[in-house]
Amino acid sequence: MFVKRLRSLLVASLALMLGGCHLVLLNPAGDVARQQRDLMIASVILMLLIIVPVLIAIGVIAWRYRASNTAAEYDPEWDHSTQLELVVWAAPLLIIIALGAMTWIGTHQLDPYRPLSRVDDGKALALDARPLEVEVVSLDWKWLFFYPQYGIATVNQLAAPVDAPISFKLTSTTMMNSFFVPSLAGQVYTMPGMQTVLHAVINKPGDFDGFSSNYSGHGFTDMRFRFLGMSTADFSKWVAKVRASGTTLDRAAFDKLKLPSRAEPVHYFAHYSADLYQQILNRCVDPGQVCMSRMMAMDAQRGRGAPGGSDTHAMPASPAVQAPVTDAATH
Amino acid sequence: MPDRSAFWNFLLGRLSLSSLPLHNSIVVGTFIVVAIGGAAVLGLVTWHRKWGYLWREWFTSVDHKKLGIMYMIFATVMLFRGFADAIMMRSQQAIAFGSNMGYLPPHHYDQIFTAHGAIMIFFVAMAYIVGLMNFAVPLQIGARDVAFPFLNNFSFWLTVSGGMLFMASLFIGDFSHAGWLGYPPVSELQQSPGPGVDYYIWGLQLSGLGTLLTGINFVVTIIKLRAPGMTLMKMPMFTWTSLATSGLIVVTFPILTATLFLLSLDRYIGTHFFTNGFGGNVMMYINLIWIWGHPEVYILILPLFGVYSEIVSTFSGKRLFGYSSMVYATVSIMILSYLVWLHHFFTMGSGADVNSFFALTTMMISIPTGVKIFNWLFTMYRGRVNFDVPMLWTMGFLLTFTIGGMTGVMLSVAPADFLLHNSLFLVAHFHNVIIGGVVFGVFAGINYWFPKAFGFRLDPFWGKLSFWFWQIGFWVAFGPLYVLGLMGVTRRLSHFTDPSLQIWFIIAAFGAFLILLGIAAFVIQIVVSIRRREALAVGNDPWGGRTLEWAASSPPPPYNFAFIPRVHERDTWTDMKESGYQRPLQGFNDIHMPKSTAAGMVLSGLGFVFGFAMVWYIWWLAALSFVALIVAAIVHTFNYDRDGHISADEVSEFEHSGNWEPKARGAIA
Repeated sequence: MFVKRLRSLLVASLALMLGGCHLVLLNPAGDVARQQRDLMIASVILMLLIIVPVLIAIGVIAWRYRASNTAAEYDPEWDHSTQLELVVWAAPLLIIIALGAMTWIGTHQLDPYRPLSRVDDGKALALDARPLEVEVVSLDWKWLFFYPQYGIATVNQLAAPVDAPISFKLTSTTMMNSFFVPSLAGQVYTMPGMQTVLHAVINKPGDFDGFSSNYSGHGFTDMRFRFLGMSTADFSKWVAKVRASGTTLDRAAFDKLKLPSRAEPVHYFAHYSADLYQQILNRCVDPGQVCMSRMMAMDAQRGRGAPGGSDTHAMPASPAVQAPVTDAATH
Repeated sequence: MPDRSAFWNFLLGRLSLSSLPLHNSIVVGTFIVVAIGGAAVLGLVTWHRKWGYLWREWFTSVDHKKLGIMYMIFATVMLFRGFADAIMMRSQQAIAFGSNMGYLPPHHYDQIFTAHGAIMIFFVAMAYIVGLMNFAVPLQIGARDVAFPFLNNFSFWLTVSGGMLFMASLFIGDFSHAGWLGYPPVSELQQSPGPGVDYYIWGLQLSGLGTLLTGINFVVTIIKLRAPGMTLMKMPMFTWTSLATSGLIVVTFPILTATLFLLSLDRYIGTHFFTNGFGGNVMMYINLIWIWGHPEVYILILPLFGVYSEIVSTFSGKRLFGYSSMVYATVSIMILSYLVWLHHFFTMGSGADVNSFFALTTMMISIPTGVKIFNWLFTMYRGRVNFDVPMLWTMGFLLTFTIGGMTGVMLSVAPADFLLHNSLFLVAHFHNVIIGGVVFGVFAGINYWFPKAFGFRLDPFWGKLSFWFWQIGFWVAFGPLYVLGLMGVTRRLSHFTDPSLQIWFIIAAFGAFLILLGIAAFVIQIVVSIRRREALAVGNDPWGGRTLEWAASSPPPPYNFAFIPRVHERDTWTDMKESGYQRPLQGFNDIHMPKSTAAGMVLSGLGFVFGFAMVWYIWWLAALSFVALIVAAIVHTFNYDRDGHISADEVSEFEHSGNWEPKARGAIA
């Protein structure tokens, strides 16, 4: 309770001090970012317990023992005190034990890979809640979002209904980026040929900033998108709008889209080629490329002692998408 | 690339007239200024016929004190370059809002932040700490030089040739735009086909080798060359921290070399260590570079912790509080610094157990660091604190660094880092510890040891002015970045759309301007002090020093000590003074000293040519210079004429010179 009150006091005083500017990290609209913020503020309070006295002591001691103050005690040989040394090691140790325990729990609870167990403070996840699935691809230099449950895709605009869990899967085409909507949740890297995961929820409707926060080349500055938090009804309307106005994202359209561009406008796609996300992830969008998943499956097969040499020749040119391990054993 | 015959392609590789950035007025302007300045310096040296003197007494010298001074000069020159980059970034970010794109297009801006980071770490901070170590460590342990004096000269010139490759990139071709750590995929050939990343790689390979040799040199020097009686637990604190730093260098710099080597294999012969496909993995590079990179941070800060320890104790007129605690704290920081690298990429998806482990090890480092702060505090307690310039810098450090430490622990809380990672909050944090810790310490150290090096102290007025400009400028420049970080603003952006951010960037730019005044005051301080050197002249012990370097004359003779002192107490010089030590004025012997050699310059010059040839794909020159490098190194090993002697008469002359008393002397050298 005390920590909570102190925390609100700290937030209030900071807000007052900084007047009009919007400190989004201290006032996010998503439950995950809010919990991350709480942890950040709690850690500051914990550290201030020791830092404030130290800063004051530095000033006081330096002033009291200034050379011109001959009234102060002077003991040039005094260089050791077991009690003081115990305190000096124990005080930071205790703070770090407390902070470490907090961090250990927080890191596990807020692990981006861990599905949400609540959608808001004191509001547990409904048992039948199905998260909104979004597959995110960072391109040079824009963001592509697939909605597999709705069969639509968008560029540089992301929408989600409020208070519904969102499950992101993320990858990249060429560069390493970081997917970050400060109002929603902490960031996660997107990397070519690899998939990362993020679970989050937005609790307020609104139009929020999203961007890449890992430098990825000359167009990085403009690699921004809008994140729209919407009521469930508005979200349905938004999906309908994308379906109505969008074009099709097939391979040809994707080849065009993936060319480097800066400050790309929003695009809507009513349809997209099935498995496009998987092909991007496995780096086999172009015909003739072997999907990484298939390559790995073949390697695994070889490792088991089955001769795999001839398999390379037998492989079809068209991409076999995310072949399960058993798939490669058909020969 | 314009069409030209195969002959020219063979001769010049990919170098051509179009490699010169003639279209870029900023670069051309810089070149003109540098050319005029360079011509003026060279002209002055020629006019005063000082080339022979510079060559004999400085460039080929293996004297650790002269090498230390040359490191400091080199670092200061590179500081001007790195700071020019900083001012350009600050001004770009202050004006590039809305329809105003600023004056730097992204491809130029990206090179500037890359060059700023790499130069400030490798050629400013590193060169400064190596310079301080070079100057002070052998004196503090009562040695006549380092263990391998030639190697020391070679290290210096390797560092310089690496720096020269960086500087060459400014006027021939361009520089890397991949950030100061050169993360792939940006640094891979596909994304950066130009010479920029190659300049970065070869510049760092040369200087990294120099740093590694320095590390080896100082480990051996401190272990083997201490004066009789100086046990490990009687070593001065600065020597202890230098030992820890050298140990870190020896273990981690090979990792940097190997990582950059793998990257250059990717770029030159088409391997796939860090590429996107074919089994390459960027995560491997990021892990490797930070396994070097995090200890590097402690390589930078530890020697300055030593400097602060010496200064607090000297200027409080008191023994250092909790010496053994300080030693254990230093060693624990050294060991823990190997175990924290992953905190630079909590957001890469490592999973909660891994992230928690590295979060906890990171926090643990704050314990020994906190102990150090307390110990400095208790050193002042019951002391007589004299706030001369070195102590002012130390006070500034104590207040600034503590805040920087706190924001660092905030970043170590993994879930909070998911919000703060790569933001301007992070930028503010590491400048808070590097400026507040390393730079303040370097200036403290310069003001502290300058009288030892030259026989006169630095002018205190301009020193104080420099301190206050730096101290206030730092907070004005980086306070706003903390705020902007909390506003969710990420780093490395060259343009903004949200106008409400602009005021913070303008304040930050003003702060950078204040720091510029701080640097100017430092330069003026040096100039004024040289002009007023007779009034500022000091004897061998201007501060009431406690360690052995203050037992030598100012400046010390080439051999440092005519008789190697015997150590009985931790604060050796204080102990000698208290027990009524009388400096012997007769009975001198010949002193065996190493000879100057040009080998270091020759080898490093060949290294520079090799690096330049590799950058521009001039294969014949690369092969030739590489062979020449190997041959020259082998030939040098057969040079048995390396020893000289300083005769007893010369020693006697030095020992009867005026360098012991504060009195007017002609030249400074």
